[in-house]
Amino acid sequence: MKERFDAIVVGAGPAGSAAALTLARGGRKVLQIERGEYPGSKNVQGAILYADSLQKLIPNFRDEAPLERHLIEQRLWILDDRSYLGSTFRSPAASEAEPDRYTILRAQFDKWFAKKAEEAGVLLICETTVLDLLREGKRVVGVRTDREDGEVYADVVILADGVNSVLARKAGIRPELGAGEVALAVKEVLFYPQETLEDRFGIQGEEGVAIEMVGKITRGMVGTAFLYTNKESLAVGIGCLLSDFRREKIPPYVLLERLKEHPALRPLLRDGEMKEYTAHLIPEGGYRSIPKLSGDGWLIVGDAGMFVNSVHREGSNLAMETGRIAAETVLELKEAGAPLTESNLRLYRRRLESSFVMKDLRKYRHVHEVLENNRHFLTTYPELVNRAAETLLRVDGVDKRAKEREIARSFRKRRSYRGLLSDAVKLWRAFR
Amino acid sequence: MRGPNIVVCVKQVPDSAQIRVHPVTGTIMRQGVPAVLNPYDLFALEEALRIKDRLGGRIVALCMGPPQAEAALRKALSLGVDDAVLVSDRAFAGSDTLATSFALANAIRRLSEEKPIDLVFTGKQTIDGDTGQVGPGVAKRLGMHLLSYVCRIPILDMDSGTIVAHRWTERGVQVLTSRLPCLITVLEGTSQGRFASLPEMIRAARQPIRVWDRKAAGIEDLTKIGLKGSPTVVGKVFAPSRRSERAECIEWEPDHPETAVALLWEKVLARQPEWAAMASADARKDGEEARSE
Amino acid sequence: MSEAEGKPAEKKGAARRKPTFDPRLAEYRGVWVFVERDLSGVHPVSWELLGAARRLADQLGSEVGAVVAGVPEEALDVDSREAIAYGADVVYQVGHPVLAGYRNEPYSKLLCELVKRHKPEILLLGATSLGRDLASSVATTLETGLTADCTELAIDRESRALAATRPTFGGNLLCTILTLNYRPQMATVRPRVLPSPAKVRDRSGQIRKEEIELHEEEIVTKIAQFLPHVGDQVDLALSEVIVAGGKGLQKAANFALLEDLALALGGEVGATRAAVQAGWIDPQRQIGQTGKTVRPKLYIAAGISGAIQHRVGMESSDLIVAINTDPNAPIFEVAHYGIVGDAVALLPLLTRAVRGRILPEKATPSGLCASP
Ligand SMILES: Cc1cc2nc3c(=O)[nH]c(=O)nc-3n(C[C@H](O)[C@H](O)[C@H](O)COP(=O)(O)OP(=O)(O)OC[C@H]3O[C@@H](n4cnc5c(N)ncnc54)[C@H](O)[C@@H]3O)c2cc1C
Ligand SMILES: Cc1cc2nc3c(=O)[nH]c(=O)nc-3n(C[C@H](O)[C@H](O)[C@H](O)COP(=O)(O)OP(=O)(O)OC[C@H]3O[C@@H](n4cnc5c(N)ncnc54)[C@H](O)[C@@H]3O)c2cc1C
Ligand SMILES: Nc1ncnc2c1ncn2[C@@H]1O[C@H](COP(=O)(O)O)[C@@H](O)[C@H]1O
Repeated sequence: MKERFDAIVVGAGPAGSAAALTLARGGRKVLQIERGEYPGSKNVQGAILYADSLQKLIPNFRDEAPLERHLIEQRLWILDDRSYLGSTFRSPAASEAEPDRYTILRAQFDKWFAKKAEEAGVLLICETTVLDLLREGKRVVGVRTDREDGEVYADVVILADGVNSVLARKAGIRPELGAGEVALAVKEVLFYPQETLEDRFGIQGEEGVAIEMVGKITRGMVGTAFLYTNKESLAVGIGCLLSDFRREKIPPYVLLERLKEHPALRPLLRDGEMKEYTAHLIPEGGYRSIPKLSGDGWLIVGDAGMFVNSVHREGSNLAMETGRIAAETVLELKEAGAPLTESNLRLYRRRLESSFVMKDLRKYRHVHEVLENNRHFLTTYPELVNRAAETLLRVDGVDKRAKEREIARSFRKRRSYRGLLSDAVKLWRAFR
Repeated sequence: MRGPNIVVCVKQVPDSAQIRVHPVTGTIMRQGVPAVLNPYDLFALEEALRIKDRLGGRIVALCMGPPQAEAALRKALSLGVDDAVLVSDRAFAGSDTLATSFALANAIRRLSEEKPIDLVFTGKQTIDGDTGQVGPGVAKRLGMHLLSYVCRIPILDMDSGTIVAHRWTERGVQVLTSRLPCLITVLEGTSQGRFASLPEMIRAARQPIRVWDRKAAGIEDLTKIGLKGSPTVVGKVFAPSRRSERAECIEWEPDHPETAVALLWEKVLARQPEWAAMASADARKDGEEARSE
Repeated sequence: MSEAEGKPAEKKGAARRKPTFDPRLAEYRGVWVFVERDLSGVHPVSWELLGAARRLADQLGSEVGAVVAGVPEEALDVDSREAIAYGADVVYQVGHPVLAGYRNEPYSKLLCELVKRHKPEILLLGATSLGRDLASSVATTLETGLTADCTELAIDRESRALAATRPTFGGNLLCTILTLNYRPQMATVRPRVLPSPAKVRDRSGQIRKEEIELHEEEIVTKIAQFLPHVGDQVDLALSEVIVAGGKGLQKAANFALLEDLALALGGEVGATRAAVQAGWIDPQRQIGQTGKTVRPKLYIAAGISGAIQHRVGMESSDLIVAINTDPNAPIFEVAHYGIVGDAVALLPLLTRAVRGRILPEKATPSGLCASP
């Protein structure tokens, strides 16, 4: 007779491992299936890890997780073609208390996180791809893998297979991804001697810096760029809506090359040894592209459920949060002896609605359309603000009031008064 | 007829394709370099598994390494190995091949107390140590017959305890007959590896791996393991010096590749006086022949 | 050295062990080479090793010894005299019927015995299937250090120990390994890594016939048969001209372009692992870390990126020429001359240029090259 598990978790990213860990701790028999050679072997992220969701699962993770640096400084740069205007928030205090965000290398982090789940009793198998959900009638009863004798059964299947979620699409749970709902991000990891990095960014020990960038570097496409410091490397990447890439016909790597050549970045990136170049999708659709989240015998978590807050670049924490909540839902129903039916599993969505996950996603539900419909936010403004800064800061005998007038004129010239006003309103609405 | 009792030695190694050297200090940057089962050991595993397919018996995978090396053994289990032993102890740190072979030989001796061992398999070499010394070393220490660089085992007769193995050499293949117990180092490329079934994967994930410390592996003498037991000492590690100048690239126009190629060949000849002399002698001779015709 | 490499711990180890040099080890003197031979003669790596042994012995002020073993035939004397011509001062000659064909048991027994008898300080072998097999067994029996696949041998000034340098971590790094408190210090070196020394016909040296007790009945392993490799078996390591191709040639058929050029030059065709894995060419022709080490007079690399694992097998070639479409390909860092362009288009032109300027076979002066 075929073996039967309480739950099968597909995928060993942050969402899958959070779910598997929670279930195993609840005493359930869990099989976790990962297609990569090991957890994290193919996973791509910036990567910043927000501590909170992990801390709820593993309170002492700071002692043992493979963390790179904790961020003491965050910069936001608005770039035009040659300059940038930016803000910097630096607080070394972050290194004293418990830092709330770290840079990580996913290959190492995911391996560690999955190991924690294994230690809690999860049975993890790698190098195995789940091909289909097995159903009895409408009910999902297990999965079929690419291995010989590859069918295995469970009371519930948790889909944590990431943004592409071929499974969810095949099973008709999720529609095909719209090109406007996902961003394509490309990223390089460049290696440096630790001292070089620390000198360049004015950091020491475990301290790190993150730079987020917007502006003309995306050529009017909706997207952002980033640079994060790891221990001996830095990650630099850029992502834009897939639909924009298609329309503009700019190959992503060209965009990344241009970013690296930007006068603001070039000196920071000098002499790096390129180790890896990766491309990956990020769900961008936000609240409105969240699919049906559960049904008879299945739940969907993490990127597979489109849980990414793209404005704040939060994804892995939402993945862990949704993974944990899904697992807790299953545990609770099982304990109550309730069957894992479509109606009972709706509890999962209700739980999410009262967590920060849904609240945040709902808050930003208009951002993308605003940006998409107002591309000048991404091109004209960066140029204007940079020009303005330049005008204001140059000491050239022109009095400051005259400079202010000149700046105001330049804004009006490019965007009428009414335009400026309506832009302000739109932005306020989108981010409110 | 009983099936053979087999030990396969497998090592976990950093994937050398992904190792980088610190551009300034010339040291290894191990960060983020994934560890894999030594690719050569997969051939050893496969050879052992084929014997088990044919004759039955039992296979134990044996690895010496840090606790993480468990992953390599897990992989061996998923391919169909019956049991796995990880020999792991801080005292082993810094072992060279002599010390490694000592530790492995002791562990194999312990295993043979449970059940006598007929065959030990190792890979041809590892991709990190790259020496191919551990296998022969283990054989010597156990007093087993050594068959190295084996590419085929046409006969294994458990009743008479005889084995016929094809041993690869640069000039040809030696067909060797020998007696059990023996140790075989397996040449690469001898076979296609197998793909485990799902139930096997689940069984492997579930199976406990035995972890032996120094004592459990039956090692009393601390001077034979780790740094103390290693005659070789690493004096210095450094990046290979690269030639400072890059290649002189021939500039050429897309319409005239033949000129570029001719120029290149001239340059080659200029660096090889003997050839240039011969070439011009040929040219002269050709010229003379042409004239005399 | 498998575990030991590159960890800071050993440095401490080296420092700790240095002062306690056992005076008994001072008895060990002389630099020995095990001469690898079979029916077709002596493997050239043995002569290369004798060249290195000569240098080391001169530095240490000691003698070069050569071990020549085999069946008792005239050949032993011929090879012993050759060994002297290549730099040996003393040849330890062992003739015995059981030594027909290499087997681990008798050979490791005889070599261990000779070492115990004469106590050489250094013992060198070729990193061949025979040398690696024999060296490992002997080192284990004698419980001494063995450094495999060295690329450079020198004497460490401070300790007067053998400083054996070898690639590690897939050729990304080199490390120098010392065997401080154990004798003999053993090392293997791949064929063609060291230059071949000049042969001095009238060098004088001593041939000592050594008796070793060996009994066929005691040797369990028997050679039932020897099946020489048939067909496409070349010893790339000995070719003077190599035309090598990689993934950049795009398909198996394009390897014919390499063959044409190789023919025009009287050379052989080599390849990268990527090309071998694509099934475009026989694995025997792979050059690099897990293939052969070559040292030809001319190495032409077509469509080869120049990965470190490939470079370690060819970078000591006298003259390297690269053709690659990517001007930033690492192969241009080791090449002397290069053309940035499509190898598929350029190779035939190069063949024509070669044909026009030099005739086949004649490019390779010695008979060494292109062994059938
Ligand atoms: C460039 C980039 C930068 C980012 N930066 C950040 C950041 O700074 N901070 C942040 O919080 N988030 C960031 N994100 C988002 C974050 O990476 C994701 O939200 C997070 O990885 C989602 O986790 P997950 O477990 O849902 O999916 P994944 O991490 O994608 O994991 C899915 C797993 O399932 C496996 N799998 C897929 N299909 C199958 C199958 N059929 N069978 C078996 N296994 C399967 C995959 O191999 C994978 O291991 C970034 C994303 C990108 C691309
Ligand atoms: C443990 C280990 C051991 C290894 N051992 C070896 C070994 O012994 N030997 C070995 O070779 N490799 C070895 N490798 C593999 C090595 O790392 C490289 O992958 C391999 O050498 C690459 O082969 P390549 O140059 O043919 O292919 P690629 O790296 O794919 O390079 C192809 C090159 O061709 C160029 N090109 C493309 N089209 C054309 C054209 N039309 N004309 C001209 N140029 C063109 C490209 O610009 C590129 O530079 C080993 C790897 C590992 C991990
Ligand atoms: N630490 C180890 N644990 C188990 N087997 C090993 C270990 N080191 C080496 N081996 C075996 O010995 C073979 C040769 O290794 P090496 O001498 O390091 O090239 C490998 O292919 C393995 O089969």
